[in-house]
Amino acid sequence: MPDALLSLQALNAHYGDFQALYGVNLKVEPGEVVAVIGANGAGKTTMLRSIAGLLRNAPEAIRWKGQAIGALRADQVAALGIALVPEGRLLFPSLSVEENLIIGGQLGRKGPWSLPRVYELFPILKERRHQQSTSLSGGQQQMVAIGRALMANPELVLMDEISLGLAPVIIRQIYEALPGIVGEGLTAMIVEQDIAKALSVSQRVYCLQEGRVSLEGQSQSVPREEITRAYFGV
Amino acid sequence: MDWLNAILQGTLLGGLYALFAAGLSLIFGVMRLVNIAHGDLIVLSAYVALSFGVSLGLNPLVALLLVVPSMALIGYALQRLILNRTMGEDLLPPLLVTFGLSVILQNVLLMGYSADPQNLQAGTIETASVNLGPVAVGVMPVLVFITAVVVIAALQWMFYRTALGRAFRATSDRQDVAQLMGLNRAHVFGLAMALSLAVTALAGVFLGIRTAFDPAAGGARLIFGFEAVIIGGLGNLWGTLAGGVILGVAQTLGAKIDPGYQILAGHIVFLIILALRPRGLFPRIDG
Repeated sequence: MPDALLSLQALNAHYGDFQALYGVNLKVEPGEVVAVIGANGAGKTTMLRSIAGLLRNAPEAIRWKGQAIGALRADQVAALGIALVPEGRLLFPSLSVEENLIIGGQLGRKGPWSLPRVYELFPILKERRHQQSTSLSGGQQQMVAIGRALMANPELVLMDEISLGLAPVIIRQIYEALPGIVGEGLTAMIVEQDIAKALSVSQRVYCLQEGRVSLEGQSQSVPREEITRAYFGV
Repeated sequence: MDWLNAILQGTLLGGLYALFAAGLSLIFGVMRLVNIAHGDLIVLSAYVALSFGVSLGLNPLVALLLVVPSMALIGYALQRLILNRTMGEDLLPPLLVTFGLSVILQNVLLMGYSADPQNLQAGTIETASVNLGPVAVGVMPVLVFITAVVVIAALQWMFYRTALGRAFRATSDRQDVAQLMGLNRAHVFGLAMALSLAVTALAGVFLGIRTAFDPAAGGARLIFGFEAVIIGGLGNLWGTLAGGVILGVAQTLGAKIDPGYQILAGHIVFLIILALRPRGLFPRIDG
């Protein structure tokens, strides 16, 4: 059997004495959109930070096309073609909108994404390109954060709570842009609190509960009551 | 006329202080590191120039071609091998390490070069002067001032117009997110320290041509640089030049009143500005 694009094998993660993930197993195949749902504190963000290299792990716990990458630094993971849209957007305040995008692509990986492509996807960013990134609205900042990750021309993009704190109309706008983003060989892993949104855009879904995988299934066919049980642990 | 002359000399001296300060400001801006050893690194640069002068028979101004890259290499190595190990949320450990580095540098210089004051002989340019209307100014101070303006302008351009500057600003904003963009923080910090010590090399050589120096001369230079940065406003490079000029003018005017007041006058002006404008005269507007 060929190696998955990304696989987690018995991934544990700690913050000091606190263990946030317990033996998480997960696979992402090329071209699919995988949703990860779970309540606050279930370990979703910790999992993405581990994959992105912001938390260091045992090398074997995270594999990229078969290669053990768990102990790599974040910049080394980025060079492999994994990009993270972090929770809370975390733009660079002293950089303009355009500079935020350019720095996303500073590794120079080849691929379909470029400044014009990102501006085509989010035309408002072109108008605002010389503004400081922090002067934008929350939704526009989220567009910059997504654009910045795409500029890296990643093979896998990890999106952490991209709808958090945004108005419903903006969330709809961003999710409508999603099909234009995935496709073209881009694989995505989406962490989302909004279960319906997560299921509607993904093929497969994992649910985390208190640091463990409590459910794994096809997004379209998992019964709702199973999700509720996995989500709340009741 | 004497007063005008004093102001002019002080302004030109401010160029040297701005060079002391620019490297300090750069390091603090990029990685929030307060480099207590900065003054000693300035003095080290002067000694490096002295050694190149003795061994290769180079004029110190020509030796700059070797001193600048040497100090840049030392800076990169220092950051990667020592300082990066101490960098984290807490600002104190790196500060203490640079304090220790300052003590070590002074003692190593003392062992290598003795406590005798030295100076760098740049030849006739040291005494050459030009007449500007009613006052005569030295060619060297003018050269130092012009260098300071060029260095500040170049740093400003680098910061806001180049990929390296973008990397510096991004890393300064959010180190972990910058790492996600593929920027290796350890390398970016190394480059910032290399650049800082390259500027320090200029400052050290100009210091050595202007006055005698000894292994203990670093402390006062650190203070002057620090005062120029604070007067100008942290994170504002042109402000740093203005801070250097204000400090220089305060010192020469103080000396005009009484030669013993030179250093004191600078400190007093610094204290007044710190009391009235704690963020400096030209603080950066943060977004």
